[in-house]
Amino acid sequence: MISLKNVTKMFGNFTAVNNLSFTVESGEILGFLGPNGAGKSTTMKMITGFLTPNDGQITIGDYDIIEAPVQAKSIIGYLPEGAPAYGDMTPEEFLKFIAKVRGLTGEKVQERINAVIKQTHIQDVLFKPIDTLSKGYKRRVGLAQAILHDPKILILDEPTDGLDPNQKHEVRKLIKTMAHDKTIIVSTHILEEVSAVCSRAIIIDKGSIVAFGKPHELEERSQYFGSVTISFAEDADCSKVIDKLEQIDGIGTVEFDDITERFTAFPADKYKGIDLFKKVSALIEYENWDVKEIHLERGRFDNFFRSVTAGDLDSEELNNNKTPKVAETETADKGEEL
Amino acid sequence: MNMTSIIFSREFKSYFTTPVAYVFIFIFLVLTGVCTFYFGQFYENEVASLQALFAYLPWLFLLLIPAITMRLWSEERKTGTIELLLTLPISMQQAVLGKFLAAWAFTTVAIILTFPIWIIVNILGNPDNGVIICGYFGSILSAGGLIAVGSCISAATKNQVIAFIIAFAINFLLLLAGYPMVLDAFSGWAPELLVDAISSLSFLAHFDSMSKGVIDLRDIIYFVSMIIIWLYASAIIIDSKKAS
Repeated sequence: MISLKNVTKMFGNFTAVNNLSFTVESGEILGFLGPNGAGKSTTMKMITGFLTPNDGQITIGDYDIIEAPVQAKSIIGYLPEGAPAYGDMTPEEFLKFIAKVRGLTGEKVQERINAVIKQTHIQDVLFKPIDTLSKGYKRRVGLAQAILHDPKILILDEPTDGLDPNQKHEVRKLIKTMAHDKTIIVSTHILEEVSAVCSRAIIIDKGSIVAFGKPHELEERSQYFGSVTISFAEDADCSKVIDKLEQIDGIGTVEFDDITERFTAFPADKYKGIDLFKKVSALIEYENWDVKEIHLERGRFDNFFRSVTAGDLDSEELNNNKTPKVAETETADKGEEL
Repeated sequence: MNMTSIIFSREFKSYFTTPVAYVFIFIFLVLTGVCTFYFGQFYENEVASLQALFAYLPWLFLLLIPAITMRLWSEERKTGTIELLLTLPISMQQAVLGKFLAAWAFTTVAIILTFPIWIIVNILGNPDNGVIICGYFGSILSAGGLIAVGSCISAATKNQVIAFIIAFAINFLLLLAGYPMVLDAFSGWAPELLVDAISSLSFLAHFDSMSKGVIDLRDIIYFVSMIIIWLYASAIIIDSKKAS
């Protein structure tokens, strides 16, 4: 169990984390989200005892990280941002060093090292200096180090950063299989990761929580939830289509994206999702439109994310226009840039 | 296994996995040779002692020890491994002490490798080996003091070049604290008590008597307390600077 109570961290006059409180229970995977500089890494550094909060209390299992740092740290596995490791060592030497520090002895040392090597797929680079490894391998060595002592608490700061899609998939699978008896916090920039891995998500911005809930709940809070997107097989008369769609009862606004050539109809009232789909398809049939694609949006995490993390240009635009251009969210779907 | 010794052995090995150790030891031995035989006029003096070696050792330390200590903490901070190290179940004291002892042990290895000079002096004459052992003891002890200073400076900056230069400058002042060059800067205006205090801080004065075979408890206390104070300062600086 990890519990934060009213945790505040200041750097000079800058408040990096402001009165943050949350609890993560065993068996949970908490997704920790926020724009750059929101205080994600600072919070993780405080949880793992690297930084000391100016105010508040952090409890790791049965221990207070400030009162009993060594005991608390011994049950934590931590992958710091950027997966730092001693570059002059090989992964094999590095893991042996970590095993000693973690108090593993006898056969247990090799047993655990072999297990994490298999889990993180680093067999091929075991005897190469860490300095010479690719970013993906470095990250996995860092992950291997974090899970070596089979910790009850696992804190992973961007564990899939720099991995290729296959490796990302593997790491997510690994995190999920470890979840049943651990308390895990994962920070990430990749929004799709939250839906794929996490049982709960917290979005922080400027050091405070701006949203929390299950990933699908957060998706449903996006303005895309319940909206209907259609695209035509041939060029359609834009203004006419928009006009017809807007006349449907329950539709608020309609957007056309000229890159993907898709129309998106947003519901005036979010609870009419299914009705809207039926109504739009009825209209298509009635007008005899040559539509090649129609689908009901289940909500977009990235859209919700941007609507709650104010401050960057995108979200200001979002707030002003109320309806985003589809093209923007399409690129954001690829995930990396938020 | 004790945490300090785990850190110690990792650090100590790391000197030898990079060329640092070999370059350092090679240069150190060449320079001790040059200083002893050429500047120190080891043969010309026709005295069976290692005075020629010990007279120059502090000056070699001045140049070479900052080269060892500059990376102690600034490298950890630069590469981010400090975050890894300090989130392992290790106390700050264990981390500081482990790293310091590794640097000290490495320097001790380099000092001990000057033993051929000691063999030569024994072949050529009948030196007082007690004095020589005492000199080596003093050398190792004063190296420890300079390494502790370097550890503290390295903790204060991410930049290894700055760590080197500042450690060099402070070590220079500490070596010469009892000599006119430093004292003259204070004697005009500072109270006599302060001038005395500064002059008693001199590394060289404390090392000198040991290199001549006199083991004075005050000298040992001086070096040991230097080490403790500078290491303590290292821990405080690391703690306050680690976030940046």
